[in-house]
Amino acid sequence: MTGAAASAAAASAAAASAQRIWGLVYRHLALYQRSWPRLLEITYFPTLELLIWGFTANFFSHAGGGSNKGMGGLVAGGLVAGVLLWQVMLRGQLGVTFSFLEEIWSRNLGHVFVSPLRPAEMVTTLLVISVMRTVIGVLPAVAIAYFCYAFNLFGLGPVLMLFFVNLLVMGWWVALGIVSLLFRYGAGAEALAWTLAFGITPLACVFYPVTVLPAWLQPFALALPAAHVFEGMRAALLHKSVAWDQLAQAALLNLIWMAVSVAVFGAQFRAARIRGALISIGE
Amino acid sequence: MDAIAVQNLTKRYKGTLAVDDISFTLPQGGVMGLLGGNGAGKTTTISMLLGLLVPSAGSITVLGHDMAKNRFAALARMNFSSPYIALPQKLTVLENLRVYGNLYNVRNIRGRIAELAEKFNLGELLERPAGELSAGQKTRVALAKSLINHPDLLLLDEPTASLDPDTGDFVRTALETYARESGAAILLASHNMAEVERLCDNVLMLKSGKLVDQGTPAALIARYGREDLEQVFLDIARNTGSAREFAA
Repeated sequence: MTGAAASAAAASAAAASAQRIWGLVYRHLALYQRSWPRLLEITYFPTLELLIWGFTANFFSHAGGGSNKGMGGLVAGGLVAGVLLWQVMLRGQLGVTFSFLEEIWSRNLGHVFVSPLRPAEMVTTLLVISVMRTVIGVLPAVAIAYFCYAFNLFGLGPVLMLFFVNLLVMGWWVALGIVSLLFRYGAGAEALAWTLAFGITPLACVFYPVTVLPAWLQPFALALPAAHVFEGMRAALLHKSVAWDQLAQAALLNLIWMAVSVAVFGAQFRAARIRGALISIGE
Repeated sequence: MDAIAVQNLTKRYKGTLAVDDISFTLPQGGVMGLLGGNGAGKTTTISMLLGLLVPSAGSITVLGHDMAKNRFAALARMNFSSPYIALPQKLTVLENLRVYGNLYNVRNIRGRIAELAEKFNLGELLERPAGELSAGQKTRVALAKSLINHPDLLLLDEPTASLDPDTGDFVRTALETYARESGAAILLASHNMAEVERLCDNVLMLKSGKLVDQGTPAALIARYGREDLEQVFLDIARNTGSAREFAA
């Protein structure tokens, strides 16, 4: 095959792959378009969490003298920023696992897995949906924080995007781990989709520095990208500085965890095809 | 070229032999029935042909592609329908067909859906959610989905299960027409012996995972000295009549 022919074949394969990914993305967009409870669910918890922690932050703010410039204000800002950013991880994770579960609930996985859609394309679809769900879920809460609690998340500056990406990627590898469990244990593992990420929260150090944890627990926290992101967030809030070392560690840890998660996903998908679990995954 | 070539296919689950060393070929343009009682290995065989299940031993070649190495090239040219696998219920018929048109890389999706809507009388159903359709309407939609990519090989798992005679006949006629016009091969698992006699030019009889007999419906009926395929099926399932002599 000549170089030009190989390029044309690669471009054609890429276009075909993009069409298949769009097909499954469209399936989810069509679903949300005619299901307001699903749309409500996306924004419900981030908004609720923000309201609860926003009032708590207000309380701290007033306890600190009623000024956002005082220590109370910084604590309040840390709480609200922590809630908003942690929702990025939670929504990112739920966006993947929930979308996969939708296929199980609708008993549609059989059709999807016998179509030419590759497993990597299915994962890409889940990630695309995850980004959409995360943005739709978190933006209203960001707006409420701004209008009701006078907290501007975008005030963190461009570094906010790095926090966002790191937490989203963390949500993805946690989600791929949960989908692997769904391949292994079927829909019986569904409850993990809702609970596993919440279990990580104490180690993510969203509202307190890692040093607050007992010494034996700190290495576990530092193995999570989230702990480094929130250390970086506190540096940005308290010192108006960018903790590049923390962000670099978060990115490196995300790379490692994502590689592990993709390997586990691939292994569990292969094992599911051997055990016949793709046929009975809904049970 | 054969649409399907299966060699020594075996599937073992923790000591249970679900499919036991079966071999067969389905020529392009042929219509083959896969018959057997519950637990005979029909669904397991179809699942392996679709790449959902990895065989314990043996090989499967579909449309010239080795399913162990290149299943996606084969999957793009085949399709599948089963009443036991649903289409998303909240999506309209049109949305469902668009989804699968894209998943199967159909070029002119709008045109193809229009063709299928006319062929299967789906015009008035296109804007209705799939979950609100009757069993017969769902079957017609599932059939349209299974033909969206002009498949060269169609695998069907009990295509007329729980349908009234009129809708069942509609589906059988549609399958005959598609096979004749397109030259596609069809493999169908069914418990409706009259349907198999009408549609299939070759039949595989499975029992406890083994391929116990095969041939044209007429040849099988003659071999077992029976009046129809249903009696042959019962002989094989119960090991009575000529089936006992063959087994001996």
